[in-house]
Amino acid sequence: MKKSKAFLGYSILALVIYAVVQGMIMGGMIDSYYQNILVTMCINIMLAVSLHIVIGVTGQFSIGHAGFMAVGAYFSAIATMEFGLPFSIAIVIGAIAAGLAGLLVGIPTLRLKGDYLAIATLGFAEIIRIVFVNVDYVGGAAGMAVNQMSNWTYAYLGVIVTILVISNFTNSRHGRGCISVREDEIAADAMGINTTYYKVVAFTIGAIFAGVAGSIFAHNFFIIQPTTFNFLKSFDILILVVLGGLGSLSGSVIAAVFITFISAYLANFTETRMIIYSLVLILVMLYRPTGLMGTKEITQMLKFGKKGGSNV
Amino acid sequence: MLKVNNIDVFYGNIHALKGVSLEVNEGEIVTLIGANGAGKSTLLKTLSGLLKPKSGDITYQTKQIGGKPAQSIVKSGISQVPEGRRVFANMSVEENLELGAYLRKDRDGIKKDLANVFELFPRLNERRKQQSGTLSGGEQQMLAMGRALMAKPKLLLLDEPSMGLAPLIVKQIFEIIRMVNSQGTTVLLVEQNANMALSIADRAYVIETGKIVLSGTAKELQESEKVKEAYLGGV
Repeated sequence: MKKSKAFLGYSILALVIYAVVQGMIMGGMIDSYYQNILVTMCINIMLAVSLHIVIGVTGQFSIGHAGFMAVGAYFSAIATMEFGLPFSIAIVIGAIAAGLAGLLVGIPTLRLKGDYLAIATLGFAEIIRIVFVNVDYVGGAAGMAVNQMSNWTYAYLGVIVTILVISNFTNSRHGRGCISVREDEIAADAMGINTTYYKVVAFTIGAIFAGVAGSIFAHNFFIIQPTTFNFLKSFDILILVVLGGLGSLSGSVIAAVFITFISAYLANFTETRMIIYSLVLILVMLYRPTGLMGTKEITQMLKFGKKGGSNV
Repeated sequence: MLKVNNIDVFYGNIHALKGVSLEVNEGEIVTLIGANGAGKSTLLKTLSGLLKPKSGDITYQTKQIGGKPAQSIVKSGISQVPEGRRVFANMSVEENLELGAYLRKDRDGIKKDLANVFELFPRLNERRKQQSGTLSGGEQQMLAMGRALMAKPKLLLLDEPSMGLAPLIVKQIFEIIRMVNSQGTTVLLVEQNANMALSIADRAYVIETGKIVLSGTAKELQESEKVKEAYLGGV
């Protein structure tokens, strides 16, 4: 009862946010520049939340997330540009392709631990990028022209689905399995939890939503180039998750919103932009070393409906 | 119930267990004692599926379990209390216990076993909502045991439950092991604290550098000159 009430509350909240922003767009209060920032924000939220399930929930330190984003971006772009498929189907294709890539990369690499896993995922992401550089079909290093199809509605819908799926997964029996892997892999093994399976599942789900984010990203800037998806992009996503607090979904969302606006406003100060950006990060890490939210969820703090998310 | 026949286990090139054989009968407490690095934990890890034997076989009831994945071994009724407790530190006591019953589907049975665990360890009941990382070492050991019992094992593998605990707490823990055993769970206990272990065990094995060097009833071993000299602190 309580649970469905909370769900209803969140659904209404989500609808209200959408309606307000959409109304402001139609009323001309948000111009195309800010619309673009909003879409970027949504993409960042999706990336952060999809990496959160790998690092925050399952505790697997992956720094190759941009690779899966690239797979989603390219496959969806091929679907719309080469095959003329509608954008919504292209997003699904991008997500599936990224998920398959996640599965393929995950099965061998998730046997590694800690630093080794980080290096391996970084390597795989670079491999994915280099493959796109060398495939002429998608324009090679020069990139691929893509029509602008993303808008606030698609991006917002993507965010809602991502958050819905990942928070439900985290609170399910499977999510518990993943959390136990993060807490103590040996103990989880001894409890009969198939740790490799859960690591691969979390990794694949993360890759799928990185693919969704990539699809929307691809159709937002008229062109996609392999260099966009280099390891710096992976680090940007990692920063969002760490800044938000490892293990907190709402933290990832807040960090993504925060960082998007900081970098958007700093766009006016091109010379000092990276310095201020880095300073903000250093200050946050000094004063909030566990990230903005720690491992807490915003629902636990607001006591909105149900008493706290049980995802630690 | 459990029969280990001539197994060899390697860590890379290191030959950790050399042709180890042992047997645990239903209802017994069997203890395996030995010094650091003798291969005690290696043997337990092999039994619970965390390591795979290179040769030899492990028979549990009538099934072959050597080299099977951990989750299928837990399902068949063997559960392990890992060395050093390894509770899920950021989860509450209750959540830890629930995870112990991860592979079970019978909600009523789980509820009953939870009550049983709280009866065995009243301390855990007092702290059921507390984060388990904040428990004392003894309480964490109790939690680790409770968690393993939640899987409703027929055979419980205990890896050094006395590690790092005060003598009084060790005594309590061993008392509980005996209680668990009397409720029908067979126990294989790995220990360095040979005195304590032999005092509650039915039979015992002594392992040295990867080989079983002695075996017999607990009483026999308690009186054996060799064991006295090596593990019980002189004659």
